Amino acid sequence: MPEIRNYTLNFGPQHPAAHGVLRLILELDGEVIERADPHIGLLHRGTEKLAESKPFNQSLPYMDRLDYVSMMCNEHAYVMAIERLMGIDVPIRAQYIRVMFDEVTRILNHLMWLGAHALDIGAMSVFLYAFREREDLVDCYEAVSGSRMHAAYYRPGGVYRDLPDRMPHYKASQWHNDKEVKELNESRQGSLLDFLEDFIQRFPKLVDEYETLLTDNRIWKQRTVDIGIVSPERALNLGFSGPMLRGSGIAWDLRKKQPYEVYDKLDFDIPIGLNGDSYDRYLVRMEEMRQSNRIVKQCIDWLRNNPGSVMVDDHKVAPPNRETMKGDMEGLIHHFKLFTEGYCVPEGQVYQAVEHPKGEFGIYLISDGANKPYRVKIRAPGFVHLAALNEMVKGHMIADVVAIIGTQDIVFGEVDR
Amino acid sequence: MANSLETLRSELEDRFSDIPFQTEISYDELTIEIPAAQLLYVCEALRNRFDFSQLMDCCGVDYLQYGQADWDTETASSSGFSRGVSKAAYEDEVIERPRFAVVYHLLSIKRNQRLRVVCFAEGDSPYIDSVINIWNSADWFEREAFDLYGILFNGHPDLRRLLTDYGFIGHPFRKDFPLSGNVEMRYDAEKKRVVYEPVSIEPRTLVPKVIRHDNRYAD
Repeated sequence: MPEIRNYTLNFGPQHPAAHGVLRLILELDGEVIERADPHIGLLHRGTEKLAESKPFNQSLPYMDRLDYVSMMCNEHAYVMAIERLMGIDVPIRAQYIRVMFDEVTRILNHLMWLGAHALDIGAMSVFLYAFREREDLVDCYEAVSGSRMHAAYYRPGGVYRDLPDRMPHYKASQWHNDKEVKELNESRQGSLLDFLEDFIQRFPKLVDEYETLLTDNRIWKQRTVDIGIVSPERALNLGFSGPMLRGSGIAWDLRKKQPYEVYDKLDFDIPIGLNGDSYDRYLVRMEEMRQSNRIVKQCIDWLRNNPGSVMVDDHKVAPPNRETMKGDMEGLIHHFKLFTEGYCVPEGQVYQAVEHPKGEFGIYLISDGANKPYRVKIRAPGFVHLAALNEMVKGHMIADVVAIIGTQDIVFGEVDR
Repeated sequence: MANSLETLRSELEDRFSDIPFQTEISYDELTIEIPAAQLLYVCEALRNRFDFSQLMDCCGVDYLQYGQADWDTETASSSGFSRGVSKAAYEDEVIERPRFAVVYHLLSIKRNQRLRVVCFAEGDSPYIDSVINIWNSADWFEREAFDLYGILFNGHPDLRRLLTDYGFIGHPFRKDFPLSGNVEMRYDAEKKRVVYEPVSIEPRTLVPKVIRHDNRYAD
C-alpha cells in the first residue's frame, strides 16, 4: 500500500475570492477539506491602539475604515458609546437621520455582499446590477457628507449637518451628451429625500430582479443549499450574530430586542431561516434589504414633516458654527478647545452594540476621565464568524470554501482592525 | 431594564455567595468582578443556570497607566502649562490592582440581558483559565488577547499569535509598547531582501492626555 498523505494547500492572501487579505491553510483529503486554518492580521492596523492615543473625536474616521462597506453603522456604535458615557441626549431628528442612513448602509452592504457572493460562485451579472444600485446610495452618502465611502458623518451629539436641499447634478461631458445627462439628472431635481424616495420606490422591483436571477436558479441552489449548515445551538455557542444567527432560525435582532435610537417607533419584520445553510442566509439577507427599504421609507416620511436641530447645543461637545466661531470670543475658545484638547469623558466603561449589517458590532469603551479613551475594544462580527470557518467548511469540497467565505460576509477591515 | 438588572444582581449574589464577588451597575450595565481562581466555576454556572449562552466579546485590558495624565491640570491655573509633555507627570490616585484584566461580555438571548465579567490576572506573565470549552467563540478572542497583551490562557488548545506578523516580538497593545513600534521594515536593494531595523522616528505626543475634574458630570 502506498502511503496516503493529506495535501496542504495555501489559499490567498492574494486570491480574488478571499474577500481581501485572507490566507487559508487548507488540509485536503483529495478534494475534501479536513481542516481550514485562517491566518488573519494582514490588514491589522492597530485601530484600537491608535484610538488610545487620540482624543475621542479624532478616532471617529477610523471607524469608517473598519468595515469599509458599512461605514456609518460602525460610526454609530462608537458615537453611541461616547454619548452614553457623557450622558448626551441626541436630538430626535438626528436619531431619525442616523436610522435612515443605517438602513441605507445595510442595503449598501447587502448589495456588496450579494454581488461578491454571486461572483464567487460564478454569476457575473448580479455583481454589475448590485453595483448599479450601490451607485445611487453612495451618491446619498456623498451628498450628505462629501465622501462616497468614509463619511465621518455621525458625530457625538448628533450628525455633522442636516440633509441637503439639493442633489448634485451630472454635467455634460465627452462621454455623456446633454440628452443623456438630462435623463441622469431626472431624479436629482429635488432634495436628498426626494432622490432617496425615488430610489426606494424603484428598489423592491430591483430586488425581485436579483431574485429572478438567483433564487430558483438551479446552479445557485446547488452551490448554496446544504452548504455550511450551522445548527442554532452551535450558532449560539460560536457567538454568531446578525444574519448568520437568524439564518440558523434564531429570531434575534438588536433593533427589535434592545432597540436603540428610534427603532422602537418603526415598523419592520425580522426574517429568519430554517435550515441554517448558505441558501437560507441568502434569503434572510434578501428579505432584510426589503425591510430596510421599509424603514427608510418611514424615516423619509418623518423627516419631511419634522424639521429641527441635528446636533446638541452643547459646545463642549459639538463645535459652534463657523459664523459664531469667527465673530464670538466664546465660540472661538470653544472651537479651539474642542479641536485641540477635545473633551474629557467621565470615568467609566460601556459596551455599546448595534445591529450592524453583518451582525452585532460592539464598542467597549473604558474611560479614565481623560480626553482620550483608555481602552477601545471593537467587537467585529466578521471576526467571530471567520473564527468558525474551520467548523463550517469541514467535510465540504474545496470549491465550497469560497461559497462559505461568501456567505459569512467577511470584510477584512473589521476582522483585522 | 434597571429593575431586571437589580434582580439579576441579587440572583447572582445569592448563587455565588461562597466566593469573593463584586458587582456594580453603571450606565445600565451590570459588571461582576470575580477572582481568577473561580472563573471557570462562575462561567459554567452563568451559561448553564443563568442562560448566558453567548460570549459576545472577550478582551484584555492593561491598567498600567490608568488615571495617569500627561499634564497636571489642577495647578495649571496658577503655574501655567509648560509646553513640553512629561510622561505620567500626574497621577490621580494609585489604585492597587493587578495590571491585566480580561473582560468578558456575555449575552443571554433568553433573558435579553447582558453581563460583563471582569477577571484580573495576577503576576507579570498573566495567567488565566481559558473558557473555550464553555463558549467556543472564545477561541480567537483569547488568541487575540494573548497576541496583543501576552495574557496566557490555561487550557487553550492552540494559543498562537493571531493578528501580528509571523515572528513578531512583543505584545503591542501593552501600554508600555510604543505606538510606533520597535522595528521598521524596508526592502534593501543591495541585499535583495526585506530587512528589519530599529524604528527611525521619534515617538511624539500630538495631543497630551489630560484628565479634568469637571463638575459638569457631577451628580
